[in-house]
Amino acid sequence: MTVTNASPEIKSILYLNGVTKSFDGFKAINNLSLDIAPGELRAIIGPNGAGKSTMMDIITGKTKPDKGEVRFKDNIDLTRHDEADIANMGIGRKFQKPTVIESLSVWENLDLALAGNRNVWQTLFFKLKKAQHERIDEIMTLIGLSEKRDALAKNLSHGQKQWLEIGMLIIQEPEVLLVDEPAGGMTDYETMETARLLKEISEHHSVIVVEHDMDFVRALDCRVTVLHEGSVLAEGSLDKVSSNQQVIEVYLGR
Amino acid sequence: MQHRSILLKVLQTSHGTTLISILAAAIVLVPILNLFVPESSFLHVPTFTVTVLGKYLCYALLALALDLVWGYCGILSLGHGAFFALGGYAMGMYLMRQIGDRGVYGNPLLPDFMVFLNWNELPWYWYGFDNGFFAMLMVLLVPGLLAFVFGWLAFRSRVTGVYLSIMTQALTYVLMQAFLLNDFGFGGNNGFTDFKDIFGADVQSDATRIALFVASGLFLIGAYFLCKFVTESKMGRVLVSIRDAESRARFLGYRVEHYKLFVFVLSAMLAGIAGALFVPQAGIINPTQFEPVFSIEVVIWVALGGRGTLYGAIIGGLVVNYTKSFYTGAMPEMWLFVLGGIFIISTIYANKGVIVGVILSVIAMTIFQPLAQAISEDFYQFILLAVVYAVLFSSAIYFDRLYDLAKSRIAATNWFTNLNQAPHTEEAKS
Amino acid sequence: MKALIRITALGIGLLFTLVSFAQSTEQTEETAENQPPNKFAERVQALNGRSFNAKIKAIETLSESKDPRVLPILKAMLDKDQGLYYRKSDDTIVTVEEVEDGLQLTDVLTGEDLGVVGKRDARKIGINNKVRNVLKSAIAVLELGADEKHIRLQSAQNLLKSPDKNLLSLLEERAELEDVASIKHLLEVAIALIKIDSDDQKVRLQAVEVLSSSVEPEAVNVVRKLAEVDEAGTYIEADLKVAELADAKLKSVETKLAMYRATENIFFGLSLGSVFLLAAIGLAITFGVMGVINMAHGEMIMIGAYTTFFVQQAMPNLIEASLFVAIPLAFLVSGAVGVLIERTIIRHLYGRPLDTLLATFGVGLILQQAARTYNSNNVPVITPSWMSSAWAPNGAISFNYNRIYILFFALVVLFSLALLLKKTLFGLQMRAVTQNRPMASSMGIRQNRVDALTFGLGSGIAGIAGVALSQITNVGPNLGSAYIIDSFMVVVFGGVGSLIGTFFGAFGLGVINKLLEPSFGAVVGKILVLIFIILFIQWRPRGLFALKGRFVED
Repeated sequence: MTVTNASPEIKSILYLNGVTKSFDGFKAINNLSLDIAPGELRAIIGPNGAGKSTMMDIITGKTKPDKGEVRFKDNIDLTRHDEADIANMGIGRKFQKPTVIESLSVWENLDLALAGNRNVWQTLFFKLKKAQHERIDEIMTLIGLSEKRDALAKNLSHGQKQWLEIGMLIIQEPEVLLVDEPAGGMTDYETMETARLLKEISEHHSVIVVEHDMDFVRALDCRVTVLHEGSVLAEGSLDKVSSNQQVIEVYLGR
Repeated sequence: MQHRSILLKVLQTSHGTTLISILAAAIVLVPILNLFVPESSFLHVPTFTVTVLGKYLCYALLALALDLVWGYCGILSLGHGAFFALGGYAMGMYLMRQIGDRGVYGNPLLPDFMVFLNWNELPWYWYGFDNGFFAMLMVLLVPGLLAFVFGWLAFRSRVTGVYLSIMTQALTYVLMQAFLLNDFGFGGNNGFTDFKDIFGADVQSDATRIALFVASGLFLIGAYFLCKFVTESKMGRVLVSIRDAESRARFLGYRVEHYKLFVFVLSAMLAGIAGALFVPQAGIINPTQFEPVFSIEVVIWVALGGRGTLYGAIIGGLVVNYTKSFYTGAMPEMWLFVLGGIFIISTIYANKGVIVGVILSVIAMTIFQPLAQAISEDFYQFILLAVVYAVLFSSAIYFDRLYDLAKSRIAATNWFTNLNQAPHTEEAKS
Repeated sequence: MKALIRITALGIGLLFTLVSFAQSTEQTEETAENQPPNKFAERVQALNGRSFNAKIKAIETLSESKDPRVLPILKAMLDKDQGLYYRKSDDTIVTVEEVEDGLQLTDVLTGEDLGVVGKRDARKIGINNKVRNVLKSAIAVLELGADEKHIRLQSAQNLLKSPDKNLLSLLEERAELEDVASIKHLLEVAIALIKIDSDDQKVRLQAVEVLSSSVEPEAVNVVRKLAEVDEAGTYIEADLKVAELADAKLKSVETKLAMYRATENIFFGLSLGSVFLLAAIGLAITFGVMGVINMAHGEMIMIGAYTTFFVQQAMPNLIEASLFVAIPLAFLVSGAVGVLIERTIIRHLYGRPLDTLLATFGVGLILQQAARTYNSNNVPVITPSWMSSAWAPNGAISFNYNRIYILFFALVVLFSLALLLKKTLFGLQMRAVTQNRPMASSMGIRQNRVDALTFGLGSGIAGIAGVALSQITNVGPNLGSAYIIDSFMVVVFGGVGSLIGTFFGAFGLGVINKLLEPSFGAVVGKILVLIFIILFIQWRPRGLFALKGRFVED
């Protein structure tokens, strides 16, 4: 919330070109190209198996593409780095299935995600500074979990876990946030709150949201990319893509 | 809220602290009961018992070391016995060199088994072991180095879960095969024995035995606090996150392999210390310590005591080994049945809070015959058994109540908060 | 040259014949038809000669006759339990059979039943080692005339061990007639083994040529001995020419031997691999399909082996067929134990592979201890005779039939399992569960049943492996634990949940083990294999044939 990462000389914060990845002959990603500008909020939609999760895996270094380029801030080749490196460079990720550390409390989860040195010795002798303490409190308030400070993450409701994970993502202070189905399992009210939160975040960060919930996407009010069979089918405003005949056929029409 | 969390902290630490206090008391009391209480008194603790207790403490230290990697980082090592044995062998080499020319063959340089094999000179890897300081360094470095190399290769290529367990098991199995070879230069099948001196003192003397017991206790307590420091630091939370959701930890930017390697090497070194303390008290080190069965037994000490709780590992190590001593003494043919039963029951019920069932069943199996026997034969033994059972019962009760705690340190907090917050949350809803 | 040898051989043969003729009664014709019966009877009678030398001569004389009765007589004479007897009253040579009130006599010449006499009325014709050796050779030579190929081969192999120089001419005659190349070769080697002791340099050189063309250990030993040098580097063999030739030939012989040894090692490796395969298939299934690490798998193997033992106890007269009963029975017994374990223990532990490892280890301990309580020692399992010999194409190499059978058996098991997985509904369900458990469940596959049956199947195959193992190793409480770690290595190396991976993993590790063993020793070999696997999984963390895809990760 405090830092603005978008520097004027960077053209695209994330740039995918001709990326292909196949598993045992099945092309999960096929010649995919994507360009995210600094500070952009982008929604990605597409039917199951369109390659959304694989795309996330490729950006975050979990999966290496068979071919194609994946660039961060124009000139960092992400395919050469692993997950931890990429995370430390400033790409944060929220999983589709909320993944928080179940046997740690809300506070401890946030402490863990807190931006800072990830070195073994640093963590061994780590002492929380006052500012950091306040930051965690601030985020807890933001995600509405102040009451649950000492509750174990596993005892949270699904929606609360989603929010905790978003909180962890924010406190990590990444430049790019990859958010996979944040509205899953949320009530309508929570969904709208989440959309509002993401929009707020996107004022200072680049955010990529993968989502099924069309109301949610509408609430985000941003550029939309439609994936189908591993490549981009359409791109533009939600109104534009939802009037696209192809999109209606493969996705919306169903 | 604030006052409750203070209370919480007291409660949370109390189990470990209680255990450590008991251990500290034992370190003071046992030598006193041995040295100053006349042998005729039933309160007298024979030196033999002191040594047995000392060995239990070493096992407890080994269990603690394993719990650090398994309980907190999810690395189930089925080869921790190898690190224990390597530490023991390093100590054994020092003790062998201390024998000097007092061996059967009277060779001032070569240990008896080398003379027996017609070796003419000391192999290079035996150099320096006549120096106590060097040997103690090796007690740490040899297991540490093995853990480092193995861990570096395994964690780097992201070998996890059962794959890793199987590899660690193969590691100790192969080491056992190697140490069984005479040509390997570590006494083959017989290992090392007939030790004479340790740091200038007679290994057999009462004073040395008591000193070793005290040292074992002190190292155990020291290791407990070291592990406590690690697990309660931010690193502890990183380790737990690796255990529960490894990829999440990676995406948070933590170098998982570095953390694993650190904790694995630390744990191997602690295991090495345990082995080094064990050997002079046991009076022997041989390849049986490398047997996969031994390593996997250590796992069950931890599982029974409660993985992810440091004091649980210690209690598990003490209880299972006491039970083992009892059975192998009284009904050796029953022991493997009992051990097998412990394995099954403690894993099935580990997540269901019925660990009390395990302990009760062990007690039930153990209690009747020895008590009857003890009353008729030896009053001291009777007292000792009664005390052990009292401890077992109380720990059973306390395990039952704090079952969740058996899964992780933090789980205790949860149990407590849930208990206290349950009405709160309902209020909040209404 | 050849002609010369022949002439020499003929000469020696002639000499030998003359000598034997001189010692026997006057005799000209050699065929049984022309031989008056009484002459034959006299020769047989001579077997009961006063001295052992006399007996030897009688044996040699007899063996030259073509009478079909000779072979059984000589065999009876050699037989430790039977032996030839003579009736004290008239010195008739007989075979005897012990009956209640004495000895039942049978005339060896006529086969006529001579009735029962008292135990003291007939006496055994004594033989010593020398006689025994001559008997063996003579029988071997006689058997060379048998119609059955394997009898001729057997006798030729026996001849190599103790070639009797007095039988040389007969040997040559047989060698000439022999039309099976391998037998002919053995006979030639046997002849050369006799001729190498000749005084004639040319004959000896010729013999060296023959001997060095062979890899039979007896021949190789002779060639090695001829090429031996003393400390000063001069040949111990007096005849320099012979020694030099032997030395020159030795190299190629040794190369050939090394090649055969390598072949044999690869065979041993494949055999070990087949054992690994049998032990690991079941493990791969339970691991791959259910994510269960069955540490009691070794004990399932043990149960199979004990089943074999009990089957043999139950049918002592049908040992030959016992394995065919044991295989299905072991499958059922181990499989039933497996289902029991799954239903009582493992079903509580799904999704916690490390806990299944510990719990099943406990099961293993209990089963092991149960076996130990039954009998702490190894139990004797008999190998049926059809499995007990070896196939030896030549003297340098031999393949035990039991290992060959087990090799094929392992492949059959693997193949049937592959069929089961590919072609049956159960197999389809199993594969579905392996690849995507939640999806399979939502498609209505009854997971409980599939799990129980899968575990039973894996355990049952372990039982079958136990039957096979009982034929090549000791059956005791520790049988299973000896194989479990190797089996896991196979699964890790080959890749979990892949039959083809298990196949290559098993044979790969088997062969690597056996190839390393000769140069490094078994233990260091094992260490190297482990290091190899550790390095290998750097490259392929999920083994040779890993399942790929998004769902495998978790």
